Amino acid sequence: MSWTIHVPSDTTARALGSDRLVSGIQVLAREAGVELHVRRNGTRGLYWLEPLIEVDTPNGRYGFGPVNDSDLDSLFASEFWKGEVDHPLALGLVEELPYLKRQQRLTFARLGRIDPLSLDDYRAHAGFRGLEKALTLAPQAIVDAVKESGLRGRGGAAFPTGIKWQTVLGASADQKYIVCNADEGDSGTFADRLVMECDPYMLIEGMTIAGLAVGATQGYIYLRSEYPQAFRTLNSAIERACEAGLLGANILGSGSDFHLEVRLGAGAYICGEETALLESLEGKRGMVRAKPPLPALVGLFGRPTVVNNVLSLAAVPFILDQGAAAYAEYGMGRSRGTLPFQLAGNVKQGGLVELAFGPSLRELMFEFGGGTRNGRALRAVQVGGPLGAYLPESQWDTALDYEAFAKVGAVLGHGGVVMFDDTVDMGEQARFSMEFCVAESCGKCTPCRIGSTRGVEVIDRIRAGEQVEANLELLSDLCDTMLNGSLCAMGGMTPFPVQSAMKHFGEDFVKNASAAELEA
Amino acid sequence: MHKPGSAPWNASDAQHIIDQHKSRPGALLPILHAIQDHFGWIPDQSVAMIATDLGVTRAEVHGVISFYHHFRTKEPGRHVVEVCRAEACQAQGSRALEAHARASLGVDYHQTTADQTITLEPVYCLGNCSCGPSVRIGDEIHARVDAKRFDALVEELRTEPLTLASLAAPNLAVSEQEVPS
Repeated sequence: MSWTIHVPSDTTARALGSDRLVSGIQVLAREAGVELHVRRNGTRGLYWLEPLIEVDTPNGRYGFGPVNDSDLDSLFASEFWKGEVDHPLALGLVEELPYLKRQQRLTFARLGRIDPLSLDDYRAHAGFRGLEKALTLAPQAIVDAVKESGLRGRGGAAFPTGIKWQTVLGASADQKYIVCNADEGDSGTFADRLVMECDPYMLIEGMTIAGLAVGATQGYIYLRSEYPQAFRTLNSAIERACEAGLLGANILGSGSDFHLEVRLGAGAYICGEETALLESLEGKRGMVRAKPPLPALVGLFGRPTVVNNVLSLAAVPFILDQGAAAYAEYGMGRSRGTLPFQLAGNVKQGGLVELAFGPSLRELMFEFGGGTRNGRALRAVQVGGPLGAYLPESQWDTALDYEAFAKVGAVLGHGGVVMFDDTVDMGEQARFSMEFCVAESCGKCTPCRIGSTRGVEVIDRIRAGEQVEANLELLSDLCDTMLNGSLCAMGGMTPFPVQSAMKHFGEDFVKNASAAELEA
Repeated sequence: MHKPGSAPWNASDAQHIIDQHKSRPGALLPILHAIQDHFGWIPDQSVAMIATDLGVTRAEVHGVISFYHHFRTKEPGRHVVEVCRAEACQAQGSRALEAHARASLGVDYHQTTADQTITLEPVYCLGNCSCGPSVRIGDEIHARVDAKRFDALVEELRTEPLTLASLAAPNLAVSEQEVPS
């Protein structure tokens, strides 16, 4: 008799030692004379339980985790491959874990359940149904479905995806492009990476549907170079999809073509901005373009181009398969559907939490996250990446909704939630925001290029206790200038974390100052 | 005999790489990646060749190389160790890890240890944000790296067995320029 066990293979699981576990399991299985069939799934995104080993049982998959090398002997002693056995790391049925069960996994329905590169697995879990549906529809009907779903750009700007597609569909050109923005540079985010490493065919399917919708026959995935595993997985997936007739010329015999290629970025955060990304794809410095013209009309190589985030494109197969209404049913207000949140930083139960818009930030951080990892008091939370505001406790009851966050001067962005305990020095965090902008500004506009450098200097002076009042006012002015005068979100949003830190954690800016002033 | 990323300069290798990619739309980044993947850096000699074949000036190629953090114009040590500096890792103690990395290796960012083993680089996010602090060595990511774990990783890099390939490593005349200032 043989048993099947699943050992995760995404970057984080491997960074926690899952490859070593596979070798260990194979050695011990031979010694024990049991036939264990090891499959590599992606990950469930329950990172606090990784490496999470799962065993097939008649009732579903039974989990053990987090498993270290040193746990293997006792796991084998308890014959863990049989599933429901007594072991300190036994978690029960994985899909019954509240952390997973309480999520609304629409986009990530397959996460961790499939072998990322198996076309059979993908098909067995509703894969390519959206594409098959799209092939029966006129382009306008596909665009209408996306419009009706209420899907808004998941990269952070939250622009309605269907409207962007409509513009490209309406443009006439000899060539149009679909560009996937996979430059997931925001700290605290990894949902794009999970799509690409654990369910790559979903992105391929979403991009192909986008191509059919707007009449584009060429797609590019612009992937950050910090994701080497995603690069390998995507390339393998594209190759297999082409061989299976799902990509390339004459998709599924439909007469329609869609070609897809992965291009690597080179460590520039600004290339996550769509026009800088297009410049980079064209082989140039990633300098931001002035808008208009919109990329939808004058995009890659001057042609009409859809530029969408990974998560936006990954939501499309579900919308086509299940219908726009099924997606729009989730959410609140103008935020329809789900957003995959990512719990990161000092968090006890970090990982991917896909939820319909609506619950509060506090619920996310405590009911899912379980508070801080080290048990200290939670003090500040940065939502939406390095350009997102820091939220103090008084704002944690804000609903996870684009408009509700905008009301308190914050952004949901790409759904990254980075938690900090009470040892954080918010003056230092504000300084880092400016420093990051110095390192990553493309340099095209002055408020961003020079403003960030001046920002670091003035924060240093404040923290050193030099003319604190006057310098705080100067910093405030500088933030206004950057906010209103920058060409893109890099300079325009760098003030968000700085201003929120000044407003809600002002004491951190002056604590050294008061000591210095006392001496004077 | 050379592991990828450590081939000594060779114009015909470079030309072969350029020829493979030059007809692709927006070919410059794919070419620069392929050159760096092969040699470990972008040797100055290759810049003129790329410029000629793409019909752009050497200044334009330099402009692109210098824009992107990933591309390097100095030969690195045998291993590139990247420490994440971004917020999610900061929240888990990466500032202390950064300080430890610099002090224990005796180098600052963008510099190479005197024994040519390790080039230290900063990186802004590796997408391992629930389990930081994160470190990347080559194409491998390491999670929850504290000072002790960092030392163990460095020790592994320093004690890796000598192989024919490592014996034939880039000559010292070039590497001497890498000694940190």
